[in-house]
Amino acid sequence: MSSGRAAWGLLLLLGVLSLLLLGLGLRVGSGWWQQPVPDFVLFEVRVPRLLAAWLSGALLGLAGAIAQGLFRNPLADPYLLGSAAGASLGLALALVWLGAGMVGSGLGAALGSTGAAWLGALGAVWLTLTLARGAQHTLRLLLAGVVVGVVLGAMVSLLGYWRPDILVVMQGFMLGSTAFAAWPAVQLMAVVLALSGALAWGYAKVLDALAAGEETAQSLGLPLPGARVVLVWTLAAATASSVAHTGLIAFVGLAAPHMVRALVGVTYRWRLPLSALMGGVLLLAADLVARVLLAPQQLPVGVLTAVLGGGYLLWLMSRRRGLWGGP
Amino acid sequence: MVSGFCRVAWLWLALVWLAGAAHAAPRVVSLLPALTEAVCMLGACDTLVAVDRYSNWPDAVQALPKVGGGLDPDVEAVLALRPDVVLMSASAVRSVPRLRALGLRVVTVDAERYEQVPALLQKVAQTLQLDAQAAPALWQGMQRQIQALAATVPMEARGARVYMEVSGEGYAAGQASFVGEMLAQLGVRSVIPQAMGAFPKIEPEWVLQADPDLLVLPQASAQRLTQRPGWRHLAAVQQVRVCRYTPSEGDALVRPGPRMVEGARWMARCLREVWG
Repeated sequence: MSSGRAAWGLLLLLGVLSLLLLGLGLRVGSGWWQQPVPDFVLFEVRVPRLLAAWLSGALLGLAGAIAQGLFRNPLADPYLLGSAAGASLGLALALVWLGAGMVGSGLGAALGSTGAAWLGALGAVWLTLTLARGAQHTLRLLLAGVVVGVVLGAMVSLLGYWRPDILVVMQGFMLGSTAFAAWPAVQLMAVVLALSGALAWGYAKVLDALAAGEETAQSLGLPLPGARVVLVWTLAAATASSVAHTGLIAFVGLAAPHMVRALVGVTYRWRLPLSALMGGVLLLAADLVARVLLAPQQLPVGVLTAVLGGGYLLWLMSRRRGLWGGP
Repeated sequence: MVSGFCRVAWLWLALVWLAGAAHAAPRVVSLLPALTEAVCMLGACDTLVAVDRYSNWPDAVQALPKVGGGLDPDVEAVLALRPDVVLMSASAVRSVPRLRALGLRVVTVDAERYEQVPALLQKVAQTLQLDAQAAPALWQGMQRQIQALAATVPMEARGARVYMEVSGEGYAAGQASFVGEMLAQLGVRSVIPQAMGAFPKIEPEWVLQADPDLLVLPQASAQRLTQRPGWRHLAAVQQVRVCRYTPSEGDALVRPGPRMVEGARWMARCLREVWG
């Protein structure tokens, strides 16, 4: 019961932190020392950017929690199934083929850089599932994901080598940034977060059972094959939506579920929403710091999440020996 | 009576505002050096209210606020300036839709080819509502200057095969590039054929086989010329037919835009120095 109370406490804390950071974010522009900005800047740039940062982080936190449960591996992160490399390849191909058409008219403009990245991410997961011949075999899925990630990543590098003019855009994407997130991005990510959150929550029991081992899960009579497929696609959709809008944000998807499980030992029914909240808080905080650190220059937020997330995990690791095998 | 007076006053205010709006020069933000340069060469430098961090010519723009780069503009800062128009490269695939979604008028310009320069100038002139003849007149003047420069290239240099590197990592300007087209105007040509693309990455060995008559390199990379495998056998290296350009000369050479006359002047001088 005490774990339940701790979970409620953490939920409350993360909720309050989210609101505080959103409030603080309204005051912090692309420069800390700017005078009050006009309303239209606030509502058309700053608010959607703040919400998008929170939502993108929440999607990554949720996806990370699903991945770590599904693969029964504390090192699993949302990009494991190749979606990061797929998103990059989607964008790189669109840049090479459609080029300037992406801001003009026709197919390129309709697809947009976001659409290209989204399709690429989902395509990569589909490829991983095909190579692994379904979602039933954890190790096969992991290996196929690694292979897809490496091969698609190499193709991105090759395209950049041939066409260095796309490199600057690609580099910005790979570092991750919330600078261009607008209201449509916020709406789309909110819908995906609600749907994928609800789906994953419905299968929370399966994730708990998987933690005890695949045989245990099977012996409990849970609908394992169907659940795994649903969970993989939920993970893919959440990751793709985050990546397409804010680029490859490092570490949030890995660190958020870890921090939750380091703070409270609870079942997935709690761990999923808490990880999402934690992800949102992490990315929102990182985005705020990234905005003021080098102002008026912008620091891509992905650089900061990598540094801060890595540092925090190291500290956690040295403090809690049981972490890697943890509950 | 009072309401009648108010109505007249409002009407008057509206008329004053309309008259002011019609006469005010547009507020322009340029997020591409070539476009900043075009605006200024068309004599409309004073319409610029901000530029990107790479715009560094002419000197007048150095004092303007910098609002990030074309690919990563400071969206808040651009919007807060309330520009009438934002000039950008068509390759800024993430930032253009974002600025448009905010209701800003964004004019994108493709600037990669020689023959696109008159269109670039025309589009900028139209956007700024300049005199209809401003752009064609500027373009004709530029062409005359380049023809005059071509006439100063020594006979011995005509048809020379030029290898011009645009970065230390071995990316070179082909015949298909802006630079290649400028070389052709001066009566020489790039060793890299059309089929290889605009700025392909070139193997050092390929250069050995092509054996160009002239090497043009950035100052920074030119110093290690003989350290490149086999390059000491190149005729151009042995006979010191090498030109090195500084970063600011490189801007004029490589940026596709209205400063091409400056670039052509540098190249013509290089050809005169080597073959004169």
